[in-house]
Amino acid sequence: MNSKTTEKDIVIDIQKIKNDFPILKRQIRDNKLVYLDSGASTQKPIEVINAHTEYFNQINSNIHRGLHTLAEEATNAYEKTRTHIAKFIGGVKTCEVIFTSGTTESINMVAYTWGEANISEGDEIVLTDMEHHANLVPWVMLAKRKNAIIKRIPITDDGRLDLDDIDSIITEKTKLVAVTHMSNVLGTLNPIKQLAEIAHKNGALILADGAQSAPHMPVDVLDMDVDFFAFSAHKMLGPTGVGVLYGKENILEKMPPFNMGGEMISEVSFDRITWAELPHKFEAGTPNIAGVVTFDTALTYLENIGMENIHAYETKLTAYTIDKLLQIDGLKIQGPNNSINRGGAISFTDKNLHPHDISTFLDSKGIAIRAGHHCAQTLMKRMGTIATARASLYIYNDEADIDALYDALIAMRKYFGHE
Amino acid sequence: MSENLDDMYREIILDHYKAPRGKKPLEDKNVTSDGHNPSCGDELRMELKVDNKNNIADVHVNCKGCAISVASGSMLAEFIKGKSLEEVKAISEQIKKMLKGEESTITEDIGDLDSLKGVRQFPVRIKCALLAWVTLIEGVDKFEGNGTDSSSTTSTE
Repeated sequence: MNSKTTEKDIVIDIQKIKNDFPILKRQIRDNKLVYLDSGASTQKPIEVINAHTEYFNQINSNIHRGLHTLAEEATNAYEKTRTHIAKFIGGVKTCEVIFTSGTTESINMVAYTWGEANISEGDEIVLTDMEHHANLVPWVMLAKRKNAIIKRIPITDDGRLDLDDIDSIITEKTKLVAVTHMSNVLGTLNPIKQLAEIAHKNGALILADGAQSAPHMPVDVLDMDVDFFAFSAHKMLGPTGVGVLYGKENILEKMPPFNMGGEMISEVSFDRITWAELPHKFEAGTPNIAGVVTFDTALTYLENIGMENIHAYETKLTAYTIDKLLQIDGLKIQGPNNSINRGGAISFTDKNLHPHDISTFLDSKGIAIRAGHHCAQTLMKRMGTIATARASLYIYNDEADIDALYDALIAMRKYFGHE
Repeated sequence: MSENLDDMYREIILDHYKAPRGKKPLEDKNVTSDGHNPSCGDELRMELKVDNKNNIADVHVNCKGCAISVASGSMLAEFIKGKSLEEVKAISEQIKKMLKGEESTITEDIGDLDSLKGVRQFPVRIKCALLAWVTLIEGVDKFEGNGTDSSSTTSTE
């Protein structure tokens, strides 16, 4: 998982990239915006913003139905994104790429279709102690409905998965392993390929939550051999309301549909309804066409920089950030204290200050971070904290942004009397 | 420093945050009330000693949370000591209204509590300032319900 790209290979024109994002020119209370909340949602480059406008100016129409020019063009543009994603995640079949409203819906889709059909009383679902609620609540509720059992892979104090007892956690009773590819709180990158091998050896499937990984590094679902992979467009320069569920064709084929309605059927009578072919079986109703079409431009933008490049650049900036934060007395990084197998979601706590006070103070300096439990209350408990402050990086951040964060944190301690 | 920030973190608020009043747990109490805001993780424990004339003889507030929730709890502890339950309920409702930006009919001098007004500019933080007050209301309600030691957990979310 560690990038092989060496430092000298990193080719990122950070000034050009910063200029591509109009919002980064905004002033927040006399300060230039420093956006360090990309783990929540990323900003959009001008190309993506223009593509969205262009869609409505030129081809807006419903897809897969009309026989007119606009409908055909809209359908083609929509399907072009699907083809693009299939290539982006490692060269899968287009029928294996399902559009959803986001990672959350992708995971719920699996829980309510595959889960309902395949999980029975006493079956075991394996999660980890670092899951986002999106990859936790659907499984806990499924387990409740089915009298199934939730097991958890624990984490070490520095925020890595503790695989010492993995053979007693993933067993022949396991039906599914649902694990995040990268923790939204700790930044930890998990060994999905290794876990997939263990899951499959035991006859279980594996779902990886890629919401935080797909935007930041090359993803190859075939190499990892995951059965399901979920991610969101808005965390990778695309619009909100668009997500992807990748699933292996033979598994998707056997899954019942999720939403019922138009587009997902083949033939309908009051006696008998047959389902449409993949992937349309899972795409009932009119989807977020403008969003999906625009997502194509976001993917192209990322590919033009190169996912290897992005990963290498962010790894370096993550190391710089960790180094800077650790220079501040009383500040603790919640998660790995180094940049090995780790992404740029960097959570920290201050021994004296609540994360909400940190966030409010930083906002007064124009710095946007996230504070709270990050939809990971069980993880907060495990880390022995109630909430964290989180700076999360992306391609438009640089060392100057981190220096601004550092300076503001020093000023904050003075302000609250904790020098 | 921006004006807004100093509006919320006024001197008085920072003073209460840095040295919260009512820190000492009560040895003799007849109300215990717990408040919790899950999304912030703020936790507040309140103990009251209500005397036989239904006045608050003593109060203890222990808040693990942000500067606003700690300061609000501290101001509460300072303000309600010696007041009757009726007075306390009335002022709590007024503070709630003040924080929510509704018209309040406060005529008396509420002292430090007035500084909580600045929190209104930060809508997501209003629930932090409210925590101590809803915990108090809950505690008083429980006390009046059964007249003995009571425990409850409440939230402003």
